[in-house]
This record gives sequence, structure tokens and C-alpha cells, in this order.
Amino acid sequence: MSEALIEATGLEKTYPARNRQGTPFRAVAGVAFRVHRGEAFGFLGPNGAGKSSTMRMLAGVSAPTAGTLRILGLDPVADGRRVRARLGVVPQDDSLDTQLTVEENLLVYGLYFGLSRRAVRTKAGELLAFARLEDKAGERVENLSGGMRRRLTIARALINDPEILLLDEPTTGLDPQARHVLWERLFRLKQDGVTLILTTHYMDEAEQLCDRLVVMDKGLIADGGSPRELIERHVTREVLELRFPPGEHEKIGRELGEQVEVLPDRLLWYADDGEQALARATELGIRPLTALVRRAGLEDVFLRLTGRSLTD
Amino acid sequence: MTGGGQVMAFRALAYWLMRYRRTWQGTIVVSVANPILFLLAIGAGLGTLVQEPVEGASYLAFFAPGLLAAAALQNAFVEGGFVVNSALRRERIYPTAAATPLEPGEIFAGHLIFITLRLFISAGAFVVAMALFGLIESVAVGVVITLAATLTGLAFATPLAAWAVTARDISQINTVFRFVVMPLYLFSGTFFSIAQLPEPLETLARITPLWHGVDLCRTLALGTASLGPSLVHAGYLAGLAIAGALIGRVTFRRSLHA
Repeated sequence: MSEALIEATGLEKTYPARNRQGTPFRAVAGVAFRVHRGEAFGFLGPNGAGKSSTMRMLAGVSAPTAGTLRILGLDPVADGRRVRARLGVVPQDDSLDTQLTVEENLLVYGLYFGLSRRAVRTKAGELLAFARLEDKAGERVENLSGGMRRRLTIARALINDPEILLLDEPTTGLDPQARHVLWERLFRLKQDGVTLILTTHYMDEAEQLCDRLVVMDKGLIADGGSPRELIERHVTREVLELRFPPGEHEKIGRELGEQVEVLPDRLLWYADDGEQALARATELGIRPLTALVRRAGLEDVFLRLTGRSLTD
Repeated sequence: MTGGGQVMAFRALAYWLMRYRRTWQGTIVVSVANPILFLLAIGAGLGTLVQEPVEGASYLAFFAPGLLAAAALQNAFVEGGFVVNSALRRERIYPTAAATPLEPGEIFAGHLIFITLRLFISAGAFVVAMALFGLIESVAVGVVITLAATLTGLAFATPLAAWAVTARDISQINTVFRFVVMPLYLFSGTFFSIAQLPEPLETLARITPLWHGVDLCRTLALGTASLGPSLVHAGYLAGLAIAGALIGRVTFRRSLHA
């Protein structure tokens, strides 16, 4: 196994109470994981699972409450400055300066890292080409589309040639086409040896991008592994999706037992052979409105592990 | 702060200067035009109704330096209150910088240097406007008054910034404006001599930092300043500015490295 760039054990984050009546909030309740060089590693989980708090600790801007965390062999609290100098951070909200031009945004950020103006100018050309924004250098950010802004944010995060790139929900809010462009760019970065760490709500994104991922729920890691491993471990090969008129499916679901997951709008019947399961349903006298057999995916793993759908 | 920290603070300052480059011409025109209009309206308009001298001066000569100090408070409120909160929350300028090698204290220091510069430029523009009305005796006096007004602004800007970085949203900042800044503005001797206030209020007014700024600027402008009181005023204002800066180092860290 290659070198571990990030090593976390028993990692916890508790935020103090906001006021006297409040109670402290434990966002991360003891997680352990390792990320290796060149890997794309994902944190998957619903809102409030502790993904963003974990990412903030990884970014060296939030001290763990308990546990140990080593990033690039350094302590991100004691050596925060040195750690951050080697990271790239892509926040979910872009946080670009909309008053400044595309190039000025890169310039400011480069200066933060102590690069000279000339070095940033040279680097900016390269990064804008990478982000496919060459002809936008002089444009104000307020005139860019959502997809362009996200690509600029990624370009900005690469200004210091980071060894690790942290991406918080990189494609949330983008249209399908913009997402595919972004995935392709991220895939290229990975090919170039940049270690990617991302959080996402999207299963297709996790399957596309992540070599390994962990599913987080309520501040803990429910399980981790490659997408294929997780699917093999937690779900069957196929899934039969059954839809019924409103109100009927819950009762039917209970009758069918363990292998069936009851969702608000449908039943998921986990089976190695979906057609066979459908035949069995027909035998039992079940008459769904629609029936669909498909291969099991990460979303099914997620449902099994957290007992709820991602869109919560 | 270490030597490295100072360099880092200047990196943070570079951002604010780059932003200012887009707007400085406009802000300077406003900074000069506003006081000219104000001094015209109050001096030539309202001032003619005030026949008796106030603290031994014409109403315009009395009022102008007071307004200079009060305007410094207002600028400090905008730059140290609204802009700081927005840099944390709405525009996310601070969190963006915090993801880089910069430390929270350096991000704060860089912004404070810029705020000081802004206060100085606005005060300088105001003093130029006062000079146009013949209210500034010499360039030296003008420079000293500009520095006094800048210090007055800083006495408010650093504590405000230290607090604004902890405020949850702009509405909290607005509340402070309504209940702290406006009363200060009205009752710290800007528009009338605080000697006219009834006794407990006069003492209260004498404790407010704005009155110290007003009196410092006014006595300097009227040529009635003496060393002792001036040092007390400046010391009081500098004390507040330093206290705000020290508290801000803590609150900025808490807020940006939560």
C-alpha cells in the first residue's frame, strides 16, 4: 500500500453551546480513516452527518476535540500554516470575489500563498486553460455561469500546486452538462497524481470519482471501501423496484420482511435475481403499478447503512 | 506579531487594496462632496440661526470638527461593522483567506491596516473640505486633525470588528447602529456643546469615546487645544483601539478556526 497522506484515528469534533441554554453539539463522534497518495477518497452522507466538520479539520482550520489527525505527516493544529500551504480547498459556496475579474481572483489567492505577481500570472494562464476559462481572464466573476465559477474555484485551489485537493460537494447546484465537464477535469487531476478528497450527496458522483469512500451517518463512519466492495458487502446483485398506489406499499413491505426496504414512494426488493423476485411477487398475488429490475448501486448501500434516503 | 506575521498581514492587505482600486475614485469624491454639502447646509443655513458663539466660535467653526469626528465614527461603523461581518458571512472573504497559510490574526491585521487607511483618507478629504471654508489654519494643523479623526475612527473600528466577526448576521449590526451609534452621534457634542446638557447627561457624554474624539478634533481646529487634555483624549482613544485589536485577535481565531 502506498504512503498514507492523511491518517485519522478516534477523530472527534464537538462545538461548544451557542448560548447558556444550548448544549454542545458533537458533529463528529470518533472516526478513523487513511487516505493514500494519488487516491480519490469520498465522504458520503446526508446533511448533518459530519462530512463538512471532518473536511474543516482536514483543511487545517478546525482543531479536533479528540483523537489524532496527521496530514502529510504533520499536525494540522500545531503546523496549520505548513499544512495549508500544501492543500487546495474548494468550498461548496465558491466564495469567489464577484467584484474582481477572473484573473484578479487568482492573483489575490496566489499572493495569500506568498507567490510573486509574476509567478501567479504565469500560473494563471496554465490554470485558466485547465479550467477552460482562457477567454474569460479579464471578465468579472459576476458574469460567469455556475459551472464556470466552480471551475474557477478549482483553478484557484490549484494555484499552489497542492498535493491534496479538498472538494466540498463539488457539483451541487450544477446542471448535468456542467457536472460532466467538472468530473472530467477532476479525473484528469487524479491522473496527474493529485490526491482528491470530496464530500458528496450524489451516488453517481461517488461511483464516478471515488476509488474508496466512507459512508457517514450521525458523526460516525458506517462503513468504508471501494464502491464495488460496499455494494458486494451490503446489497444483493440486483434490486426490484415496486410502486403501488399511495398508502398500500408500507403494508405489503412489512409482509415481505427483511430483504425489502420501504421507501416513502416505493419498495426495494433486494435479490440476486430480480426477475425471479418479480415472479415470486406475482405468485404472492402482489400487483404493483410498476415494476423495475436494475443492478444494485451505492444508493442501495447507503439506504441499508443509514436507513434513509440521501435527499433527507 | 512575528516578522513573518507582518508579511502575512500585508498579503491580506493586498486583497483589500485590489478591491479598493475599483472604487477609490468614487469614494474620495463622495468623501469630499458630502462634507461640503453638509457644511454648506449647516454652516450657511442652520448656522445663521445660531447667533451667539458656541464655545467661543462661530457655529460652523464649532460644528465642522465635531462632524469630522462623528463621520469618523460612521465610517468606522461601516468598515469595522458591516464590512467585517460581510467578509465573514456573505462574501466569505475571511474563510477563503483562512484556507491559505494566513492565520486569523494576520487576516484581521491586514484588514485593520486597510481600515486605518480608509479612515485616514476619508478624514483627509473632510479636512480638505473644511479648509475650503477657511476652517483649517495651516497644512500642519490639517494633518494633525486628520490623524486625530483617524484615531477617533480606530477607537471604534477595532472593537466593532472584534465583535462583528462574532455576530450572526447583519441585523445584529443594525441594532448596534440604532442603539449605540446613533445616540453617540447625537449626544457627544457634535451638534451642540455638551455643557448645555443637564448634569448627569453631561458627565455621561464626557465618558463616551466620541466626545473625546470630538473635543480633540475641535480644540485642535479652534486652536484652543492644550497638551494635557489632548493627551488624555488621544490616550483614551488609543486605549480603545488597542483593546479592540487584542480582543479581535481572539475573536477572529475563534470565528475562523472554529
